[in-house]
Amino acid sequence: MKQVLAVIFRNLKSDFRDPNSIFGSLLFLISSLFVCYISINRIASIPTWVALFWIIVIFASFNAVAKSFVQETRDKMIYIYSLMSPAQFIIGKMLYNGLLLILMSLIAILIYSGLFEMAIGNLPMLLIGILLGSACIGMILSLLSSIASKASGNLTLMAILGLPIMLPLILTATKFTKNAVDGLDWSIQYKYLIVLIGLNIVCGALSVVLFPYLWRE
Amino acid sequence: MPFQWSCFRTFGANNLEALRLPIWVKFLAFVTVISCVFLGFIVDVPRLDILNETIRNLFFHVTSWFAMVFLFLLSFIYSIKHLSSGLEMDDRLAKIFTEVGMVFGIAGLVTGMLWAKYTWGAYWVPDPKLNGAAISLLAYLAYVVLRNSFSDPITKGRVSSVYNIFAFVLMLIFIFILPRMTSSLHPGNGGNPAFSSYDLDNTMRLVFYPAIIGWILLGLWISEIKFRMEALQINKTK
Repeated sequence: MKQVLAVIFRNLKSDFRDPNSIFGSLLFLISSLFVCYISINRIASIPTWVALFWIIVIFASFNAVAKSFVQETRDKMIYIYSLMSPAQFIIGKMLYNGLLLILMSLIAILIYSGLFEMAIGNLPMLLIGILLGSACIGMILSLLSSIASKASGNLTLMAILGLPIMLPLILTATKFTKNAVDGLDWSIQYKYLIVLIGLNIVCGALSVVLFPYLWRE
Repeated sequence: MPFQWSCFRTFGANNLEALRLPIWVKFLAFVTVISCVFLGFIVDVPRLDILNETIRNLFFHVTSWFAMVFLFLLSFIYSIKHLSSGLEMDDRLAKIFTEVGMVFGIAGLVTGMLWAKYTWGAYWVPDPKLNGAAISLLAYLAYVVLRNSFSDPITKGRVSSVYNIFAFVLMLIFIFILPRMTSSLHPGNGGNPAFSSYDLDNTMRLVFYPAIIGWILLGLWISEIKFRMEALQINKTK
């Protein structure tokens, strides 16, 4: 537990010591939101509104998490190797990336719903959907970023690897949030909620099981 | 430099006999595939609305998906084996099963599209099952791209095995769980007739079940030949 917190704080510190990258991804998010606003102006249908939001969030999160493992040089990794187990390290990374993406998507929904007006039926449900969705994106991208960093990682490889794998999540999250904007009742939403939570658990567990094999070199 | 735990065994074993089908299995594959292709077009099929003669696609489309899922399952198993054993051979087998499985996946996609044109009126409809199939093929293409971006075979084997395991589990969720939650046009989903209801015809069963075995065994046979070819090439360059 102590080591997990240490990983989170170390990432936090290094991001705030050199805030270029974190503000860079935030700026990427905001400018892509604005580009969409200028080119589309207003969206009438709810499915399009939700889909555009998720597309923006997904590409912004690729940008934000891609550097997560590239910045770890070989020497640093060897040092960390002597301090903690791989499971602790990947859990820390996943928590940090998940929290970062949750924060980013909350900022995104704030700006997005300001730019594109939409009557939201059930706001708490929408926020839960966004929270679970972006947390799971963070987990999947943490593992993929470490895979891509092994292959002299670039963003293209990560997008190729990540998008097909993330699709079950994106589909469920889109449907869940669309129903939330429609203001449907919880009784219809339970099965999607269960799948979303299940995906979070499956992705987290797979990453913890598989990461030790990536780590050893 | 940290200890390389697998380097001792990685290139030691290049056993040609690792994937070797007995001759009667090949004979069985030959007979069942030929019987599927011949009988599939000849046998009497039940006359059903809209489906009509297209019901024969069951022998080709459904069976190639079965073969694909089976080969991907083998690839998944060999990836796990590679992570635990560190043998380069297991990784190569996983790669070969993926490649052959993808051929069956494309065959299933093409036969499905032709069938859809004559029953639904379009080659492609936005349907959860269809999208799932296409996306899982994309994920495995990404696996091939990932493999090609490494030069070091040890890292290549380990990293691509990890990706393969991750992709297979999420593919299972995508193909088998998600389509059951939403309505789908595809037979077997959302109250559409599945092959349990129109396959009641016993002659069709007689062709269908051997056909599944036949295409799966054919896939294994192709994988065997591919595996032996690559093993011979590696032995030659040694």
